[in-house]
Amino acid sequence: MAMEITQFLLAAQSADARVRTEAEGSLKQFQEQNLPQFLLSLSFELANNEKPSESRRLAGILLKNSLDAKDSGRKELLVKQWCAIDLALKSQIKELLLRTIGSSVPEARHTSAQVIAKVASIEVPQKQWPELVGSLLSNMTQQESPAHLKQSTLETLGYVCEEISHHDLVQDEVNSVLTAVVQGMNQAANNAEVRLAATKALLNALDFSQTNFENEMERSYIMKMVCETACAKEAVIRQAAFECLVSIASTYYEVLEQYMQTLFELTAKAVKEDEESVALQAVEFWSTICDEEIDRQEYDSPDTGDSSPPHSGFIEKALPHLVPMLLETLEKQEEDQDHEDDVWNISMAGGTCLGLVARTVGDGIVPLVMPFVEINIRKPNWRSREAATYAFGSILEGPTIDKLAPMVAAGLEFLLTATKDENNHVRDTTAWTLSRIFEFLHTPDSGFSVISPQNLPRIVGVLLESMKDVPNVAEKVCGAIYNLAQGYEDAGASSSLLSPYLTEIIQHLLAAAERTDGPESKLRSASYETLNEVVRCSNLLEASGIIGQLLPVIMVKLGQTMDLQVVSTEDREKQAELQASLCGVLQVIIQKLSSKDETKPIVMQNADQIMMLFLRVFGCHSSSVHEEAMLAIGALAYATGAEFAKYMPELFKYLQTGLQNFEEYQVCSITVGVIGDICRALDDKILPFCDQIMSLLIQNLQSDALHRSVKPPIFSCFGDIALAIGGHFERYVATALQIMQGAAQVCAQMDTLDEELMDYGNQLRRSIFEAYSGILQGFKDAKAELMVPYAQHLLQFVELVSKDSLRDESVTKAAVAAMGDLADVVGEKIKPLFSNFTFCGEFLNECLDSEDDDLKDTARWTQGMIARLMVT
Amino acid sequence: MAPHDLRRPFKRRPISDQQKRRDLSLLRQSQHRSDAQQRARNLASSVISLQSPSSPDVDPETLSEPMPDVDTAGHESEASSFSIRQASSLRGPEARKWFASQLMLPEWMIDVPENLSRDWYVLARPAGKRCFVVSTDGVTVSRLRNGSVLHHFPSALPGGARKKGVSGPAQSYSILDCIFHEADQTYYVIDMVCWRGYSLYECTAEFRFFWLQSKLDETGACDPPSFYHKFRFSVVPFYNCDQSGLHSAYTGSLPYVKDGLLFYNKHAHYHTGNTPLVLIWKDERCSQYVIDTDNNGQVPSQQHIVLELQDDGKIVTSDDPPVVVNCLNADFVKQSGLSPGSLVRFAIGDGGLNCVDGKFEKADLQYISVSNRARAFADSYSKIMFQYMARHSPLKVEDLASMISQENQQDKLPEVEMSD
Repeated sequence: MAMEITQFLLAAQSADARVRTEAEGSLKQFQEQNLPQFLLSLSFELANNEKPSESRRLAGILLKNSLDAKDSGRKELLVKQWCAIDLALKSQIKELLLRTIGSSVPEARHTSAQVIAKVASIEVPQKQWPELVGSLLSNMTQQESPAHLKQSTLETLGYVCEEISHHDLVQDEVNSVLTAVVQGMNQAANNAEVRLAATKALLNALDFSQTNFENEMERSYIMKMVCETACAKEAVIRQAAFECLVSIASTYYEVLEQYMQTLFELTAKAVKEDEESVALQAVEFWSTICDEEIDRQEYDSPDTGDSSPPHSGFIEKALPHLVPMLLETLEKQEEDQDHEDDVWNISMAGGTCLGLVARTVGDGIVPLVMPFVEINIRKPNWRSREAATYAFGSILEGPTIDKLAPMVAAGLEFLLTATKDENNHVRDTTAWTLSRIFEFLHTPDSGFSVISPQNLPRIVGVLLESMKDVPNVAEKVCGAIYNLAQGYEDAGASSSLLSPYLTEIIQHLLAAAERTDGPESKLRSASYETLNEVVRCSNLLEASGIIGQLLPVIMVKLGQTMDLQVVSTEDREKQAELQASLCGVLQVIIQKLSSKDETKPIVMQNADQIMMLFLRVFGCHSSSVHEEAMLAIGALAYATGAEFAKYMPELFKYLQTGLQNFEEYQVCSITVGVIGDICRALDDKILPFCDQIMSLLIQNLQSDALHRSVKPPIFSCFGDIALAIGGHFERYVATALQIMQGAAQVCAQMDTLDEELMDYGNQLRRSIFEAYSGILQGFKDAKAELMVPYAQHLLQFVELVSKDSLRDESVTKAAVAAMGDLADVVGEKIKPLFSNFTFCGEFLNECLDSEDDDLKDTARWTQGMIARLMVT
Repeated sequence: MAPHDLRRPFKRRPISDQQKRRDLSLLRQSQHRSDAQQRARNLASSVISLQSPSSPDVDPETLSEPMPDVDTAGHESEASSFSIRQASSLRGPEARKWFASQLMLPEWMIDVPENLSRDWYVLARPAGKRCFVVSTDGVTVSRLRNGSVLHHFPSALPGGARKKGVSGPAQSYSILDCIFHEADQTYYVIDMVCWRGYSLYECTAEFRFFWLQSKLDETGACDPPSFYHKFRFSVVPFYNCDQSGLHSAYTGSLPYVKDGLLFYNKHAHYHTGNTPLVLIWKDERCSQYVIDTDNNGQVPSQQHIVLELQDDGKIVTSDDPPVVVNCLNADFVKQSGLSPGSLVRFAIGDGGLNCVDGKFEKADLQYISVSNRARAFADSYSKIMFQYMARHSPLKVEDLASMISQENQQDKLPEVEMSD
């Protein structure tokens, strides 16, 4: 029996905190004590037109929250609870919900539509609500249905389609839904609300329409309706129709040929004269076509010998008309667009699309854009100059270097001068264009760069000067320096070219990081991130002195963050953000300096103070900092080696905290990785901490609450620990191996169709093999016999993996290595096993034929190990 | 109107490399993990052991021939599995010793050898990492003394890249003794150990240098880097150690940073391990690193040396046979927790060192600590003495020059010598 809960629902929204808390408590109690009755009561409240709209609204929200949650663990629980409810009662709730979408109160209809979709997401896949679609469709077909019922029925259909997969409906149902939706779009028969709801529903139903789009008659009918709707007189409906076209462009690219002429005309008209919200979608249509064609070009492997083009070349064909259309949008800038972060307007969309077109067609775009650039770049009107620069910057990725190089060489000096343009937007776009030039036309390690020893001084001079410009320009300049430095990474002797400027560049970046005139801390974080790249890409032998001087500067800055006044949560976040940036810089410096024996001592000399700073950062308790400091600690452990032992007593509690941070699983994952670093640094000195570490790692593996991506690193970490402590791993062997075998079992049963899952499966398998390798090699001198009982399982697992043709190369390598480790370490006692597993020879031969030299080396070694075993 | 998620980054891509830092950390960790595991299993040995001098009786040409079928259809030769078997039981310091034992290691020059100008070459040692470069089977691998891989790359060396028609038969391999010079990313070749499968271990330095000079260039290995040739190789110029040769090596301008002079006896074979037939000499002018620094890069006020403790309490150098420096009393050994085989660090006190005929008469040693585990060796006699002299009365370039001019004068009287 449903309870009367209106008063509680209203009280729970009271302005009086005491009243509110009490009412919330009562509702919660009701929910916990009798969930079915609670849900039924909410449904009654929502369905009852007599009730105040406030209580109905909250009832709807509570219903939704009882069916769905963002957190997957919670969601699973809610689904279980719902499924456990008595069938008759659930029917009653569903009946009430379906009745509510006919309500005269729009808000109740809307809420109910959402709740129905949530129930559908649970029940439709389980075939528990077979009458849902039929019941909704009958609302559409009955002559006497009022328009508002049709409108919310279409809305419901849209939401339902969004929640379920197209496998959940039979084709007949799909057909009926599509028919109802497309009829709802009919201008002659329906009012605007119905047509809008129908068009939005179609957007969600498109994924279901594979079969219908294969059939030319049905497809052409749907396309005709969408195109007609794109000309509706209401802008919101036109926008919704263009959103459908965007979705069709990506889902049904292959069948668009016959409609392209119409679609071009439609979109061109919208871009030219329609309201911005509609025009944006029209540009988006072309951006999506570019995405599809770029995707197909990239995945089109030249080795297949297939001479047919990878796609229909719509962009190529439309190019002479498309490019002028896009160029026209560029001059429609907004005054303040460079200051606001979330501005998205037609000129930005147009420039973005132009960039995609350039990537799609390459050289062909250049002659179409350059005249526009040349005509506009010197005009007195800033809009023309900015548009010309933006156009130029947009086409720098895609065309060949041969095509671009002369243009860029000719234009570089102009751009450098334009960093002094009177207009902020022009300077902003100019700096951005320079950064694109350095990104795409400055790759000394492959033999080409627009930057020469001759023009470098001028370039650096201009960039450093512009660092003092307004914050949005300075931020773009950071980007330019970032790309400039990046070009010199691994560039051999040319990496020296930037060395003479490093001191000045670093000084300017540090100064920019100190500025307080920009919004939020964007410039600061851009400056530090750029500093990282500059350090990372520098020629260490020449820069070691400079980096050695930078280190104490950053340490002082990090120290100062501890003294910041922290009153509000916002202060705490700001402090954490700054600490994250500085810990990032320290990490990069440590890693850079410890990459060479000559410079490692600089890290060693400062290690104590650095570590103290990190510990103090941990003391400030911010997860984001926690993460960056943790990453940096990993680098420090590598640099200091065995000396790191002295930090363990202090650090250990933070490692434990990190391992237990399930919510920010990145932090957990990084902590696991750092433990591996520490194992390699300390070897058996890690032993005193291993009991606690292993117990946490094992708990983590067994927990459903921990994000799965952390689990493979944990297995790898088992290997790291075992290799470090050797025979002492004995006490963990039984537990560890049991879990490893369990995980191997999971791998065996994984769905091989799900790409994301496959990826995870590969990581998991590789990590299990790494664990085996570490444990085996750790036991080599002392406890090899402990692994005898597990040999069979390991070989079975290798065999299973060897039969999977989709396995990743890294998995293969780890599997072959583990097999060799088994032969090497356990030896004689398992000789018969190797004779029984006949797959070994074939698998090894496959690996020996590999293109990958590491794999070949490993396989050769494994073959030697097995051969040695067999001949002795 | 909210921008499309995918579209935003175009002009407003925030400069953020946190993810990059994460990824690089992961990369570093996984690299170190695989290094650690590979060291454990001594996988690194397999490439070098193809030509291990510890089994000189095996003709290298037969290595590629398949062995009689073992159950795994393996192609492992006895020779390589023999050395793998040896090497694979090694870990940590042992492994480092094993790899170091593959290279010819110079002694430090503590007195000037005779017949310098007639029997010796001199060359300026490039500053950088000493490594073995092995090219075989379409790939080139450089390994440091500790066995870890420095680079894995394609090169124009024979068999050094996966490129048809250039590198000769697939099975051929070459081994070069090199120094990798960071600043110009070049491998400077100081010796040639194997060439196209042909072993030069038993050849004289004179021949090896001649071979190196004439063969390396014709492969294109000295060309600038390209797609199939990632690093440039370059032959270190060597000179007869006469006045002008010494002068050229010592003062000549070279494309690399110098780290001392190397002296090769022309008649010496490629002898793995320490040899008195190759000598290294340094002074402040031709090397940044004359006097040893400590872990923090500082020159300690006293000279530090590392010695090995023997069963009988004697502390000795790494030479073969070892040179006894001093003897520790049993109580001290026990108190300090030392055990036979320990590497122990000492400082040399004011009493200094005194030696006669290659033996220590007196050594004022002050115990510091057990040496860190990264070390595989005690110091050699010549190193201790060179460092000692460098601090007190260094062997100067003038001493070398005057020895040469003395020899020249003697050479003018050959008849006298002969008729004697």
